[in-house]
Amino acid sequence: MAAAGRGRPVLEVSDLATHFLTREGVVKAVDGVSFAVHAGEVLGLVGESGSGKSVTGFSILGLIDPPGRIVAGSIRLKGEELVGRGEAAMRALRGRRFAMIFQDPMMTLNPVLRIDTQMIEAVTAHEAVSVKAARARAVEVLGLVGIPAPEERLNAYPHQFSGGMRQRVAIAIALLHRPALIIADEPTTALDVTIQSQILAEMQGLVRDHGTALIWITHDLAVVAGLADRVAVMYAGRIVEQGAVDSVLDSPIHPYTQGLIGSVPGTARHGARLRQIPGAAPSLLRLPPGCAFEPRCARAIPVCRAAPSLSRTPDGRAFRCHNPVPQGAALPEMPA
Amino acid sequence: MIAFIIRRVGQALAVILVMTVLVFFGTHVIGDPVWMMVPGDATQEQVEQVRREFGFDQPAHRQFLAFLRDIAQGDFGRSYVHGGPAFALILERMPATLELAFAALLMAVVLGIPLGLYAGLNPEAAPARAIMAGSILGFSLPTFWVGLMLIMLFSVMLGWLPATGRGPTVSVFGIETSMLSLEGWRHLLLPALNLALLKVSLVIRLTRSGAREAALQDYVKFARAKGLSRRRIVGVHILKNILIPIVTVLGLEFGSLVAFSVVTETIFAWPGMGKLLLEAIQRLDRPLIVAYVMVVVMLFVTINLIVDILYSALDPRVRLTGDTA
Repeated sequence: MAAAGRGRPVLEVSDLATHFLTREGVVKAVDGVSFAVHAGEVLGLVGESGSGKSVTGFSILGLIDPPGRIVAGSIRLKGEELVGRGEAAMRALRGRRFAMIFQDPMMTLNPVLRIDTQMIEAVTAHEAVSVKAARARAVEVLGLVGIPAPEERLNAYPHQFSGGMRQRVAIAIALLHRPALIIADEPTTALDVTIQSQILAEMQGLVRDHGTALIWITHDLAVVAGLADRVAVMYAGRIVEQGAVDSVLDSPIHPYTQGLIGSVPGTARHGARLRQIPGAAPSLLRLPPGCAFEPRCARAIPVCRAAPSLSRTPDGRAFRCHNPVPQGAALPEMPA
Repeated sequence: MIAFIIRRVGQALAVILVMTVLVFFGTHVIGDPVWMMVPGDATQEQVEQVRREFGFDQPAHRQFLAFLRDIAQGDFGRSYVHGGPAFALILERMPATLELAFAALLMAVVLGIPLGLYAGLNPEAAPARAIMAGSILGFSLPTFWVGLMLIMLFSVMLGWLPATGRGPTVSVFGIETSMLSLEGWRHLLLPALNLALLKVSLVIRLTRSGAREAALQDYVKFARAKGLSRRRIVGVHILKNILIPIVTVLGLEFGSLVAFSVVTETIFAWPGMGKLLLEAIQRLDRPLIVAYVMVVVMLFVTINLIVDILYSALDPRVRLTGDTA
């Protein structure tokens, strides 16, 4: 699905910086992130643990708690600026205009409240409707996400559901108000592979049918390959490469993306030693002055000690690298 | 559920039997109650007569069997000192003690939960630090001293509240209570506060740590992501989760409130069971001591049962079955 030429995007994030002002210093969890998502489009946000992908998601929802703070940048939902809005104004948007699904379905539903309570309160938080109408809406969306006999299951407690079913309930809650944007933070990581593929297929269908923009945060490239239209690879709080999912995965420009793809065990020959990126992700407290990946990068050159600026290719890909992976025709002029 | 309750009642009877044995033989060893009953200038003959009258000349196990036989017939023995049936004496004093303990429990909940919630949700705020410092005082100051200080401050210096005794009582369904009149509450307030202080601190600490833990849970973040108001998140999502340990501990603590009331009742001259027990121990009034212990054991067992039932109401993951009791 082409990203460009579809009118105004649902979500536009530009130069977003979210820092945590801790006693040890400033943790730059997100530092200058820009991307856009259009209606019906799935953006895969990929990166290792601690790369800032979840913080990016929480920043969009306005759920960054002190000592964290959005220090710069702009987040626009259908043109409306969200950064700087008060808590009450953000609360009115959360769950209604955009929703979030979390990683561990065992933890996201309140264990001591029945499913109907948790769904009805989500409806009535934003609309002055009767409990009966809210319940009917809950039944409808539960059916939508493939929960059998939703009318009866509403009276159950979360522990009476399996992990996959709980995640479906969480997705149903996210769908209650038909939000323009859903942010899914590794929602299938904790599930069996079979359940994972079912949920992926359902999410794909729901997003397409409703024209919802979806940001899928994950560290699993296989999921991204199957689900996303575009992908943004994050490293140490920055997006290092962004573009259409096929071209990024087939011919990565950034050495980090290449390393990430190379680390997937499926691409190695049987019996061969599994490839990995040497070293560990840097502490966000003490980032290298230049490219954050430079200390681990096999392609590092002296100029990498200075921060690389954003470069673009003619086919709409963006990356931050001084010494990109060579790739024939697709490779643009090497930036200075 | 019914199997669960039946099993519990069986356990309770066993506990009561064991306690009875312990207390009966325990008091038997301490001393000879005859000397407490006869006048100082009694002759040896008179002493022996009293001893025979009460059956103290029999071996201990005979006395115990006789005692059990009486209980089976519904006779819990007569107080050596007061002369009346021991059980009735205890029951007569029980409403006063329960009232005191209940008032203290109420204070613990009404003061402890909001303060604990505040401290847990704003751990860095200055008032929260003050609350926590106060709770340490509540934990460590001895009850009798606090009681005396309360009397000093509110009765002697300020003259707001009476220092001793129970206020006028009103009879409700045959139970005398002072909770229905203003004057009654004026009398109740200081002893209840004295008794509650430790429990308030306990509830504050429990609530605070529970709230701090719950606030970090994913379900709270998810509730926020749904756009719920803060009031709803704190009042329903967080509170209902932290109530589980609080109810458990408070239930168990209610028993210790009854037990601790011995000190408070003595200081404030509150006419409850605790005061009666102290007198009974001083005079080796065995039937009265045994009856008191039986009442307290039954109280504990009943409270535990109620706590278990409440627990299952609060936490849907707990289901009461006969075989896991």
